[in-house]
Amino acid sequence: MKSATTGDALQFCSFYLGDLFLGISVSAVQEVIRTQVMTPVPLADPCVSGLVNLRGQIVTALNLRRQFGLDPSYPKPPMNIVISYSDGAISLLVDEIGDVITVNPDTFEAVPETLESSYKALLEGVFKLDGTLLLLLNLETATQIGAFA
Amino acid sequence: MSETEHERVELPEEVVEFLVESNENLDRLDQDLVALETDPANKERISSIFRTIHTIKGTCGFLGFTRLEAVAHVGENLLSKIRDETYTLDAEKTDVLLEMVDVVRGYLAKVSATGTEGTEEHADLISKLQHLVDGKPPPKPRTKRSVRTKSVSSNAFVFSDEPEPTKTESVGVDTATKEPDKLLPEIKETPPASESKVLAEVKNNISDSSVRVDVSLLDNLMDLVGELVLARNQILQYTSTDSSSALSSTTQRLNLITSELQENVMKTRMQPIGTVLAKFPRVVRDLANSCGKKVDLVFEGKETELDRTIIEAIKDPLTHLIRNSVDHGIETPEQRRLLGKKENGILRISAYHESGYVNIEISDDGSGIDPEKIKAKAIEKGIVSSDLAMKLSDRETTALIFAPGFSTAEKITNVSGRGVGMDVVKTNIEKIGGSIDVVSTPNQGTTFKIKIPLTLAIVPALIVSCTGERYAIAQTSLVELLKLDEEQIKKAVAVIDGRAVLRLRGKLVPLVDLGSLLRLNPSKDIQLLDSINVVVVQGEHGPFGISVDGVVDTQEIVVKPLGKQVKDVGVFSGATIMGDGRVALILDVGGVASAGALDGSNSRNVGSKEGVPEEGSEHESKTLLVVRAGDNSRLAISLESIDRLEEFDVGDVEWAGAAPVVQYRDAIMPLLWLSSALGSVSSSNEEQSLYQVVVHSVGSRSVGVVVDDILDITEVSVKIDPYSARLGVLGSAVIAQKVTEIVDLSVIVESFLSSYEGIGV
Repeated sequence: MKSATTGDALQFCSFYLGDLFLGISVSAVQEVIRTQVMTPVPLADPCVSGLVNLRGQIVTALNLRRQFGLDPSYPKPPMNIVISYSDGAISLLVDEIGDVITVNPDTFEAVPETLESSYKALLEGVFKLDGTLLLLLNLETATQIGAFA
Repeated sequence: MSETEHERVELPEEVVEFLVESNENLDRLDQDLVALETDPANKERISSIFRTIHTIKGTCGFLGFTRLEAVAHVGENLLSKIRDETYTLDAEKTDVLLEMVDVVRGYLAKVSATGTEGTEEHADLISKLQHLVDGKPPPKPRTKRSVRTKSVSSNAFVFSDEPEPTKTESVGVDTATKEPDKLLPEIKETPPASESKVLAEVKNNISDSSVRVDVSLLDNLMDLVGELVLARNQILQYTSTDSSSALSSTTQRLNLITSELQENVMKTRMQPIGTVLAKFPRVVRDLANSCGKKVDLVFEGKETELDRTIIEAIKDPLTHLIRNSVDHGIETPEQRRLLGKKENGILRISAYHESGYVNIEISDDGSGIDPEKIKAKAIEKGIVSSDLAMKLSDRETTALIFAPGFSTAEKITNVSGRGVGMDVVKTNIEKIGGSIDVVSTPNQGTTFKIKIPLTLAIVPALIVSCTGERYAIAQTSLVELLKLDEEQIKKAVAVIDGRAVLRLRGKLVPLVDLGSLLRLNPSKDIQLLDSINVVVVQGEHGPFGISVDGVVDTQEIVVKPLGKQVKDVGVFSGATIMGDGRVALILDVGGVASAGALDGSNSRNVGSKEGVPEEGSEHESKTLLVVRAGDNSRLAISLESIDRLEEFDVGDVEWAGAAPVVQYRDAIMPLLWLSSALGSVSSSNEEQSLYQVVVHSVGSRSVGVVVDDILDITEVSVKIDPYSARLGVLGSAVIAQKVTEIVDLSVIVESFLSSYEGIGV
């Protein structure tokens, strides 16, 4: 899948969510972990799946399916992509983890105008790969809750 | 050198602190000044220098070192002009300022050795500085760069293994040798070497016995210990199911060591509360003088230790309370004499540990808080309505002083009474997980009781369960635990207007069901349950009960903040990790109270709340109190018109003129027999010892409506048939398969009151 010299190549951690093939920059990812025991947070936004104990750190797990307006139940135990912030970490629950993909920045394109606005807000753009599209997740909006409820 | 020179003066703690701090600051000052000369525009450094000198000046004034203060004062003047960019810092000013730094050091050395600043005036330096302040060249310009370069070597922020004594010694020698004629003639009288050695030893002693450690390092340590405690809890849990004796004995050791480590790390952050209290004698003295009062300040439990973050946090609230007590609490000597008290008021500050908390009590023997005055003020300021004010107990009234925007000072003094304060005090104390309470007896005094946790990081908590999840409730807010069985539930739990209340030793305590509050399970009828566990907690507006599925354990938990995605929920104050590694949420009592609508707006007025069904036509759902009054008639009263249900002993009834009254909440409440108001005869047994009273208020007047019996509280959708309508009766309806007359209490009470006022009560 390498289509550019490593010099200006970008690396993305890819993952699947329903039919979507998404990616986030590897530098944003702290780690990827399997399904964890989760403590639900009553009264919280439904996008919050619960809290996870990650080696003593409390991580808020977000139901990314719900953010995208998909069926909120995961077909199998979801994987956690942990993103670290200065004020704590959050985990994005995804169906399945893909490879780390190196892409050529030239293949980047803005989100097609025809997409639903809620999708557009959650994406930063699209990388055209061979035979498939990698949707670049907008971390900022994807970790915001209530915005697209 | 003789032994007497060795003899160290026992320095008061604040002086030692001042010395350590100032010496460090001065070292940095040297650096800053030199750096400034090359980069005169660096505002940060100028401000830092200014602050240092300002602090020294301020503290000197406080400790009574007037000569040192005088020097620092002119220095500060010059620095402030530099800071304000009136002057730029040139070599000349730098020299004089450095000279000042040395002089200040000299003074500090003297203080350190003898406990006093000596008698040296340094008029020469002061006049030089003053000249510079006035914009004139100093009388005798001199350059002494060597002094500067010598003392730059140290870094003020390095505290660990910096060879402090050497540094001091070099400074001592510097000052003594470089300016033997100017600087410290007193010191010069004794051989310079021995003097500086004494100084070195003094400083040595001060810095040897303690190491200044970066607070963030301590915080880190504390965090790590927190993690360790969690890991230990987990291991303990695993080994409890494993019977291997080697492992379990190792675990026991781990357990002990961890506890000890935790305790000790906590201790590193502990400071005696005396460090805060130390400044109060002066505050009180000055304040008492300016108010013309005489106050004796008494401390108890000065050595009680608290986490330093908490010490910081209570400094301001305590100062405020103390000022308040002197300013408002304690009377003038004349007033006190008239009241037969001793002229000197007593202000007592006592601190003591109590089950993981520190209590601080500030009590005065002054005039106390007059509830009536408070009420009047609160009404005037619009904090409570006059209706509500009438219903408040004395204790509730006194607590009004914590309401935002409240101030009772009849005249505003420069000390207190500007309408800010008590609410801020309360907020500040609550911010650190503490609580404040006030008890006051008019003319006998006021006691503020502050309860604060020892530390913020690890708190003892009660773990409760609800629908399979565990929740932690900090023990600060915990009052008691109750387990009620079926029988007790029937007796003690009543449901008024869909809200459960618990009769707890004669008081009504609102009850919220955690499961339905968190929307984990549909709300259930508490009265039908076999048993309930109730955690009674102290909310802001009084105690309330939280019914939970089970009480699991008490545990020390490490509070962890919640992510921003869940912070807004409000019911949780944080999360923690349990022994099995799972996350448990920490319930925020205040949040639970407001989620359960138990905050002030509704708690006092159980009848009115949001969610009252829309006013419909004649077919509306209402919560009704079904009572029996007169003959066998069943009457229903809308709960909205009822303030409270009370029971009065027959013996409590007194007579005002021809009218029966009872004393109720410091007011006289007339009694009205519902049966006679409706023109029937009371069917109650003459020998009954208790009156069931429904309290209804019109404006500020409460009226007790006596009924024969309270039968039921029910929420029904009733169709009122106007068949039997008359004054005070809206009509009849079928409630619980029985015809029941619907009473309009307000009409009855109003017509009663108009006749009642007539007979002159």
